Amino acid sequence: MLTLPIYLDNNATTPLDPRVLEAMMPYMTNMFGNAASRNHAFGWQAEEAVDYAREQIASLINCSPKEIIFTSGATESDNLALKGVFEMYASKGNHIITLTTEHKAVLDPCKHIEKMGGKVTYLQVDEKGLIDLKELEEAITDKTILISVMYANNEIGVIQPIREISAIAKKRGILFFTDATQAVGKIPVDVEADGIDLMAFSAHKMYGPKGVGALYVRRKNPRVKVTAQMDGGGHERGMRSGTLNVPGIVGLGKAAEIAKQDMEADTKRIAAMRDRLERELTTIEESYVNGSTEHRLPHVSNISFKYVEGEGLMMGVKDLAVSSGSACTSASLEPSYVLKALGLSDDLAHSSLRFGLSRFTTDEEIDYAIDHVKEAVAKLRELSPLWEMFKEGIDLNSIEWAEH
Amino acid sequence: MAYSDKVIDHYTNPRNVGTLDKAKKSVGTGLVGAPECGDVMRLQIEVDENQVITDAKFKTFGCGSAIASSSLATEWLKGKTVDEALAIDNMAIVEELALPPVKIHCSVLAEDAIKTAINDYRVKNGLPELEMPKSHH
Repeated sequence: MLTLPIYLDNNATTPLDPRVLEAMMPYMTNMFGNAASRNHAFGWQAEEAVDYAREQIASLINCSPKEIIFTSGATESDNLALKGVFEMYASKGNHIITLTTEHKAVLDPCKHIEKMGGKVTYLQVDEKGLIDLKELEEAITDKTILISVMYANNEIGVIQPIREISAIAKKRGILFFTDATQAVGKIPVDVEADGIDLMAFSAHKMYGPKGVGALYVRRKNPRVKVTAQMDGGGHERGMRSGTLNVPGIVGLGKAAEIAKQDMEADTKRIAAMRDRLERELTTIEESYVNGSTEHRLPHVSNISFKYVEGEGLMMGVKDLAVSSGSACTSASLEPSYVLKALGLSDDLAHSSLRFGLSRFTTDEEIDYAIDHVKEAVAKLRELSPLWEMFKEGIDLNSIEWAEH
Repeated sequence: MAYSDKVIDHYTNPRNVGTLDKAKKSVGTGLVGAPECGDVMRLQIEVDENQVITDAKFKTFGCGSAIASSSLATEWLKGKTVDEALAIDNMAIVEELALPPVKIHCSVLAEDAIKTAINDYRVKNGLPELEMPKSHH
């Protein structure tokens, strides 16, 4: 049975896996202890649960449980990594290198760091959304303390060459931080093999609960430290104070365990559905896949349907929960900066839809999505003056548009 | 953001979608907006010898509110004289469709499209061009 609406916005958030909820439930009710209470069974129970979650997570990303710092989510982890490294390593330098296509949770802390006297280089990406390693090497100065490059992009799913980047960082004695929010739990992420020094991720992008995430902070080769951004009881090895969110952490741990166990089977099934969706939708005339299809997460597809505006299209597929690179609702009216960074013209950026599948997506849902997107695009093109001009062979660039 | 029932109605059943022969002297065409901005409206009117708008058509590339604004405009234009059409104010569209503040630009674009179409008709028929209101955004 098909239940509407269909959720295909899993890069925004994923549903909570029932197995995760089940693991969390006792810690929401009778096992309510504070993990920092060292003097009674309630505290011990909570601490034990947290330690177990640390192990589950460490096993997923191949690190030591001691290297996991729990936070409220990836945004906090990003802030802690960037600002924490900037403060901790101030005597070594003040320069950070990142990408223009990073999430705002990285870009905005970088802007903050610039205000604090730091220097940030924002590297451009190529038309596939990938970093240019030569440009990265050239951007490094003797003041560079950190390279911050996301593992996989949230809008187009493009995976950066993490090992090549970390090799460059290591060679030059610079720390490497990656925002892996979209990657952890979806594709194999191994902090040792990948050469990662700090890594941010979040539970709610991998079928866990909202409000909990982690920052991986390397303890050996090199030993990395970050300055705490919140003062308090000195929890999490002094790097992140605040009473631990025990049920959330248990959820993150369980989500990590399931991800490790099911990843291969999940990926195979999800990628097959994503590929079918993409294959069918690109049979639509003048449709284009955005970003690299070679280096990409298995569950994401970002497609532009030329001459149709994304927000109007989303309204036409109202039974599908997707998102668009069109920012028609935002005050700026600017389309997605990520798509623009790929060199997409504004009109193509306005015409994009992002589909994000999950382990709960079904073939039936994909069938429905294919039909409805095709219908909506056809309907809106009937309404589109640009489509009519295109069909008449008029070059839209030859028209003097009144910018408004 | 939830759309109003009227926006949904115009989006689902757009009125007067189509194309009039822009070569005809009795037809005025207004093409406003820009693909880069995410909305383009083309609004056309056909005017009879008594200065009455006998037909109006539109095509719009844009969000639901832009489509609804232009669909509504064509509905209002039919049967009006050119002078009456010139008096259509974007705020009337905002009110009728209950557009939220972030969508007011859609109504402004519809008003611009009406005025541009009328001007096109006037110029074709040897009448002086009217001064266009400054774009509101």
